[in-house]
Amino acid sequence: MNTAAADSVPAVRLTGVSKSFGGVRALNDVNLEVKAGEIHALLGGNGAGKSTVLKILRGVHKPDAGRVEVFGHLLSEHTPDESTRAGIAMIFQEMSLVPTLTVAQNIFLNQEIKTELGLLDDRQAVEKSRTLFKALDVDVDPEALAGDLGAGQRQLTEIVKAISRKARVLILDEPSTALSAHDVERLFTFLRKLKSEGVGIIYVSHRMDEIMRIADRATIFRDGRHVLTAPLSELSLEKVIEVVVGGQSRGLSGIERENTKQDTVLLELRHVSGMLKPVDASLKLHAGEVIGIAGLLGSGRSAIARLLFGLDQKNSGEILVDGKVVEITSPKAAIALGLALIPEDRLRQGVIIEHSVANNLALSVIDRISRWGFTKGKAFQGLADKHISELKVKTASANSPVRTLSGGNQQKVVLGKWLASDPRVIILDEPTAGIDIGSKSEIIMLVRQLARQGKAVIIISSELNELLSACDRILVMADGHITRDIARTELDAPGEDVSDLQYAERALQKLLQEMPGNV
Amino acid sequence: MSILKNWRQNIIYLGFVVIFVFFAITLGHKGFLESTNLLNIVRQTAMISVMAVAMTYVLSAGEIDLSIGAVAGLSSVATAMGMDVGGVLFGIVCGLATGAFVGAINGALTTRIGIPSFLTTLAMMGIAKGTSMWISSTKAVPILSDGYIWLFGGGNIGPIPVLLFWTLVATAIGHVVLRKTTFGRWVLATGGGETAARYSGINTASIKFRVLIISSMAAAIAGMLYAGRFQTGRFQLGEGDELSVIAAAVLGGTSLFGGKGSVVGSIIGALMIGLINNGLILAGLEFSQQLIARGAIIILAVAISQNRKA
Repeated sequence: MNTAAADSVPAVRLTGVSKSFGGVRALNDVNLEVKAGEIHALLGGNGAGKSTVLKILRGVHKPDAGRVEVFGHLLSEHTPDESTRAGIAMIFQEMSLVPTLTVAQNIFLNQEIKTELGLLDDRQAVEKSRTLFKALDVDVDPEALAGDLGAGQRQLTEIVKAISRKARVLILDEPSTALSAHDVERLFTFLRKLKSEGVGIIYVSHRMDEIMRIADRATIFRDGRHVLTAPLSELSLEKVIEVVVGGQSRGLSGIERENTKQDTVLLELRHVSGMLKPVDASLKLHAGEVIGIAGLLGSGRSAIARLLFGLDQKNSGEILVDGKVVEITSPKAAIALGLALIPEDRLRQGVIIEHSVANNLALSVIDRISRWGFTKGKAFQGLADKHISELKVKTASANSPVRTLSGGNQQKVVLGKWLASDPRVIILDEPTAGIDIGSKSEIIMLVRQLARQGKAVIIISSELNELLSACDRILVMADGHITRDIARTELDAPGEDVSDLQYAERALQKLLQEMPGNV
Repeated sequence: MSILKNWRQNIIYLGFVVIFVFFAITLGHKGFLESTNLLNIVRQTAMISVMAVAMTYVLSAGEIDLSIGAVAGLSSVATAMGMDVGGVLFGIVCGLATGAFVGAINGALTTRIGIPSFLTTLAMMGIAKGTSMWISSTKAVPILSDGYIWLFGGGNIGPIPVLLFWTLVATAIGHVVLRKTTFGRWVLATGGGETAARYSGINTASIKFRVLIISSMAAAIAGMLYAGRFQTGRFQLGEGDELSVIAAAVLGGTSLFGGKGSVVGSIIGALMIGLINNGLILAGLEFSQQLIARGAIIILAVAISQNRKA
């Protein structure tokens, strides 16, 4: 394209952008510059501010301070509409295609091609899509239904759709999660082609190997601040991890992990495979033991939990509880075996948010405190009070709706609900997502307390520091396989202060990254 | 895979032929094949057909309209009473205004307040019926204008009933708009993936609002056709039609989950239901037996034509 202009004017420039939610600073005086014709990686841990930056670019959030320029044009309204007009397109996970329409119909949705009579001209739309695909070297049938496409083709179609709408800045947020290795390759070829045509591309991914291969430059955020922008050629994996992890221990270092592991094996998996994931997973979980499952997005870390709780069915392999082979066909069966799953999306799956704290706590044991279908008031109240004090739930009363509680306290109610049914194996999926650091360490201490009582716990988490402070053993997953099984102590800094979380976090991060998800 | 899919999609045409041939063989001696009987089927199903065209849009947009039968009754009463007061033209305006008004309320409640259309139109069914009973004191209101009666249902051009032309016009407009205009495409997009449609800049609330208006207007026209055919406005006219209409659309390949619709299919579906009714009557079944047989045939046909979803 017009190379002279493209060289001088950056595709995107953020200057001094700040944004707070409630009292919390999500972004603090952040700068970001993406050149036209470059692929720019955005890196940072959870809560670093990446998604806030993306949402500001997309016009979903309005910055409290600072300037946002797109190809020299200053954004003023900060609406999705303005952002689209400025040429920004964001590829959501399978969000912008209508499955019941064809590929061509989707590409021209809301900018339909018409005949002179004003009627739709689907034939020409197919022709134009075909030309578009050919020019961009994409192999997708324009007449196929969008719903029949594979994940990779769908993603390419979404990008082509954006490009056909004159998008000059393309934002891809974890684009490779649902893609096979082959599809990732095609995506990369395609992105390089777009880059050569002067499109500015922002690429967000947790997979460092992909970033290393595709990105020209990277910007790293940490705790809402801009830390570093550099060409990838000057960054090594070690350096990136070091910067992403940063220097603080985030208040989790002090948690003690005494060894409470007993000899009895409560739960065992023998070569268990699901429909897609996990693949050939084996593990042993002892009473009094806490194990963690780490893995990148899409590695299958949640699939194990779904399988154990009867939400997905296994394809092959054996699950043993108390040394006996069992078939877990439904959550009801899982509960009967003494398993509890505390799901990731606690507001939708974990609690009934409009009901009172007491009601929620009693939900899973309602038969036990009922007689002839009526709940026994005293037993009910007693149970609620016991758990509220034991878990230190901060609530005005047992009868306040869960909605009025803070995120951390809601999570404690979810925990309490399951503890009421006295499970022996507790599976926590992302137990501290979106809750403050204080409640976070309280929940981790609670997990350790459960282990002391002889329960077995599995924690699935994307927050490494949380796994490292709570678990005795950590399994690393990639592409559905358990690729590592390491004792927590192996990750400690040799000879130094053993409570040094950062060292362990870096070591674990490296393990996650060293096996590319795509084999 | 695609052959199997097409087979399911086109089952309605095959089923139509099979049922037609079956009745032709078994009921031929009872006059099934006579042209007066066949034209009678067209007359009887014209109202269902007109409403089924509109229902195709409502279902395609992922909504539903249960109030159409009651709205047809209300519009028949409103037309007859309006004609009594201010002449034929005023009567027609009253009928159409009834449809527009009810549709606007259905649409506003569904898109502005967010009450599911299932509930909005279920409640509206009672309100419309109550209103028509109330304003007519549950009496039939006679229509005396020969011109109106000819145009809206009673007339013939040569041997061809005027109602056939109503059916053909509704089908032609409905088909072209759904397949060949942006509005039709956006209706299908709204029902097929609302989030995706909205991200593409389509005002999905406005689309839903408009399909509910179209549906009520079609119901009002159907009511006026009933009024013309029976030379009277009466609250019972159109009673229970919503089920036949929804069945006709679903038989014709329109998805109850939105995103997929065929106007021509809906019309064939409507004719098929008319065919079944006619055949069962000729076969001498009692009304009670007709209800059971019709229900069973419709369930069977829909079960075969639906793509099973896990």
